[in-house]
Amino acid sequence: MLSGGHLLSVLIFFPVVGAAALMMLRGDDHKFIRSIAMLVSVAEFLFSLLLLRGVPIGSSGYQLEEFAKWITAPPIHYHVGVDGISVFLVLLSTFLTPISVLASWQNIQHRVKEFFVMLFLIEVGVVGVFLSLDLFLFFLFWELILIPMAFLIGIWGHERRVYAAVKFVLYTMAGSILMLVGIVWLYNASGTFDLPLIQQMLTNGQLVLGSRTEMLLFLAFFVAFAIKVPVFPLHTWLPDAHVEAPTAGSVMLAGVLLKLGTYGMIRFCLPLFPEASHRAARWVAVLAIIGIIYGALVSLVQPNLKKLVAYSSVSHLGFVVLGIFALHHISMQGAVFQMLAHGVSTGALFLLVGMLHQRRHTFEISEFGGLSTPMPKLAAFFLFVALSSLGLPMLNGFVGEFLILLGIYQRHWGWATWAALGVILSACYLLWSYQRVFFGDITWEKNRTLMDVSAREHSILATMAVVILWMGIGSPFITRRTAAATQTVMDQVEPQWAYEAAGHVQTRPQAKNVSSYAAQTNVGRLAIR
Amino acid sequence: MFPQAIDLHRVLPELIWCAFGVLVMLLQPFVRSRQFFTFLALLGSLAGTAAAGTAFVHGGPGFQGLVQSDSFTFFFRLLVGSVSFLVVLAAGPYLDREKLPIAEFYALLFFATAGMGVLASAQELLTAFIGLEMSSISSYVLAGYRRDSLKSSESAMKYFLLGSFATAFFLYGIALVYGATGTTLLDKMASSDGTSTLLKLGLALILIGLGFKVAAAPFQVWTPDVYEGAPTPVTALFSAGPKAAAFALLLRTFATVPAATRYWFWAFWVLAALTMFAGNLGALVQTNMKRLLAYSSIAHAGYILVAFAAVTSMAQGGSEEAAPAYAAVLFYLLSYALVKLGAFTIVSQLGGAGEKNLSMDDYAGLSQRQPFVAAMLSIYLLSLLGLPVTAGFFGKFYIFKAAVNSHLISLAVLMAINSVIGAYYYLRVIVVMYMREPSAEAVAAGPVPFPIGVNAVLLITFVGTILFGVYPNPVINFILRPALLAH
Repeated sequence: MLSGGHLLSVLIFFPVVGAAALMMLRGDDHKFIRSIAMLVSVAEFLFSLLLLRGVPIGSSGYQLEEFAKWITAPPIHYHVGVDGISVFLVLLSTFLTPISVLASWQNIQHRVKEFFVMLFLIEVGVVGVFLSLDLFLFFLFWELILIPMAFLIGIWGHERRVYAAVKFVLYTMAGSILMLVGIVWLYNASGTFDLPLIQQMLTNGQLVLGSRTEMLLFLAFFVAFAIKVPVFPLHTWLPDAHVEAPTAGSVMLAGVLLKLGTYGMIRFCLPLFPEASHRAARWVAVLAIIGIIYGALVSLVQPNLKKLVAYSSVSHLGFVVLGIFALHHISMQGAVFQMLAHGVSTGALFLLVGMLHQRRHTFEISEFGGLSTPMPKLAAFFLFVALSSLGLPMLNGFVGEFLILLGIYQRHWGWATWAALGVILSACYLLWSYQRVFFGDITWEKNRTLMDVSAREHSILATMAVVILWMGIGSPFITRRTAAATQTVMDQVEPQWAYEAAGHVQTRPQAKNVSSYAAQTNVGRLAIR
Repeated sequence: MFPQAIDLHRVLPELIWCAFGVLVMLLQPFVRSRQFFTFLALLGSLAGTAAAGTAFVHGGPGFQGLVQSDSFTFFFRLLVGSVSFLVVLAAGPYLDREKLPIAEFYALLFFATAGMGVLASAQELLTAFIGLEMSSISSYVLAGYRRDSLKSSESAMKYFLLGSFATAFFLYGIALVYGATGTTLLDKMASSDGTSTLLKLGLALILIGLGFKVAAAPFQVWTPDVYEGAPTPVTALFSAGPKAAAFALLLRTFATVPAATRYWFWAFWVLAALTMFAGNLGALVQTNMKRLLAYSSIAHAGYILVAFAAVTSMAQGGSEEAAPAYAAVLFYLLSYALVKLGAFTIVSQLGGAGEKNLSMDDYAGLSQRQPFVAAMLSIYLLSLLGLPVTAGFFGKFYIFKAAVNSHLISLAVLMAINSVIGAYYYLRVIVVMYMREPSAEAVAAGPVPFPIGVNAVLLITFVGTILFGVYPNPVINFILRPALLAH
């Protein structure tokens, strides 16, 4: 039954069942609650693995679709489906949830039950967003994430948690409510909330948006996504939210929630508003490049380790946005891969930072130093993850960065140069901070007696390390499955007119050259049709 | 010309409410049991609400077109009837706690409800005026029901002075409209060409009078003081009942008098924008829960006025394209009434004897002291904020849709901005409840008891809020019809 008709609904609503079960528990047996939470989240992950069967290699379009009438006036449907892009994002979410549960095993000591309920509600929203094919349904899940995440930060966070939580909600709401106006506007023009239907209407000319309308709609969606990503001037909520959030919150935030923004760009901005995307591409690229460089520079001078990782997210997500708005199928592939890689790597970094905090109750780099002596294992894991984050070949960060750079270069060598500078800078701040934290003399007596990783922490980190390595070596497993889906997006955003129109868009022949090059690599093998 | 039986049948709910009001007054000297009156009041409000059903089934115009009993009327009678039923449930424990006389309260409540019913069913302006006065005068007295309290008396005085001023506007408007068209019947007015200055002036004055009742800026200044001073169950009534009834009359006027639609569009546009900002900006700095909710109710009147601007922007207010905009108003009023009743009931109960604990600091750490109450209040606040899985979300969505449908994008954007401002102060309450530690006295005092009547109100409003937030189909399908039938 699970592999059949209702797998997606099960995936979306199973955590609700878990949350409800937790809420109904009487008593306050923390261990029992944690075990139940672990059980539910692992089960959810195993369910989500079944998705891979449902999305065969080379399949374009949505799979495992479910459709049910929900609201009659206006016609809103429960329409969910999965394609090569969303399948991995769902996997990422369901993978990081049990990790977050494990990471919260000890440092969440009060209101334990509520904590896991909130975590599961976030999972529901995230999985729902990735699987929704109805704009209204998508928006509903999108908003659903807001409050549990705010609670997660605001109740279980650090000192300035309330400020960070409120800021997070207000920023996100400001974007999303404008997106709601955009969604309604789009409904008004097309008469439906159904994403595939709107795409079809756009392709066959049934729905024609005026140039100005299209741009405004594009902006309404883009700003909401840009806040979530976050794209440069809208990023200021992120450092606060990350620094104040508990470890599990940071993992979910960096690992999954930021991807909602980039996913939204790929799924909605580009296919629905192709012309506007083309017109906006260079401006978005400028913002993305500013984000890459700015995030990296701020990371370089950050005295706070967690803030450093947070700003590195701004930088890395800038890469993803640049990859998307280069409007090239290889960089798009890279962007999708980088979203996954960043989710795992940065998630792992936040876990490690959280472990340090648990031992020393501080994030200040100056409080550390020479930690590799008392805790060699943690130091080794940290190095491994840092290397993956800065894009060492064989590890996951490399694949995405390389593909993005490759794709961007085909579009504009200048962009690629700036992006490459960002890669170098990321090596600088990661390695430099690593040196300050783990090498050198032990300057604080307290640091001498720190415990190395416990068995629980060891299992978390080892799992993350294995996934990082696997994504680095076995990247074709992912890219082969995402290829067709990204190609579909490219077809939608790059209809024939785009090649004939404006000069700044590269012409067909060159794109073909790239394709033949890509065809020799694993990456593009199935992308070309 | 004598009223026929069918005429009486078409105003049966109002007759029942009035009859019960009189009955309560008559029995008051003889019966000492408070439970008896509460029981009688529950019975009466239910009977009237049920009668709305039979009046609908045997619907049509009554008293030569003075009233109209259609599905639109049915919806509003159901709404105000349910509101008064819930207010009775919540008020019983409140009146006991404050040691206030009980029978008069219910009698006044019945008359107010009957007035709102008349207002919702009136198809003639003088009938509407009578309804308005019935509900207003009872409301003035109810606002000052805690007569030992200075604030309550102030509230009543303010409400009375400003309210009668506004009613005078309304009445003068009727006179001018009558002078221009020679009729006070809305459907007869429809055929006038509507170019005369006198008619425009009359319509403007009527708008001002009703604008006061719905607390639209710049006629909203009375709201926070009156809401704060009135006994909290009465505040709950004010925020849900009379407002809905006044909106009902406004809607019916559009649906039948095209001239009004034409002249009122810009007025509504400006009123909506002003009201949203006045409410939300005012609420930002409030620390008293009742005042905060009062400002929030101003803001919500602004959102509803956005839908009104959407209705009036269409050349023909009664046309079929306007139906979703009407439906948006009706759905919003319903979702809003549910939420406000629930929220004010909680505020009333947590206020404690003499309504002392109304400041936001008294809510600190409520989630630890009374988790269920905190969770409920959060859901109500999130519904006011318009987040998914609550009725408020769909309410807001339908209004957005109406606005965009009428190409009022700028107004929709203003509303979006206001939603974000609103998010701040609703969140602040949630933050205080969940993210601050309770004060030592609050913990020592122990949880505030929630009697069964109050719990029933919370249950009903909570279930309604969630139900209509997940599955609004039955309601929306029903109210799409009254909008069409209204003209």
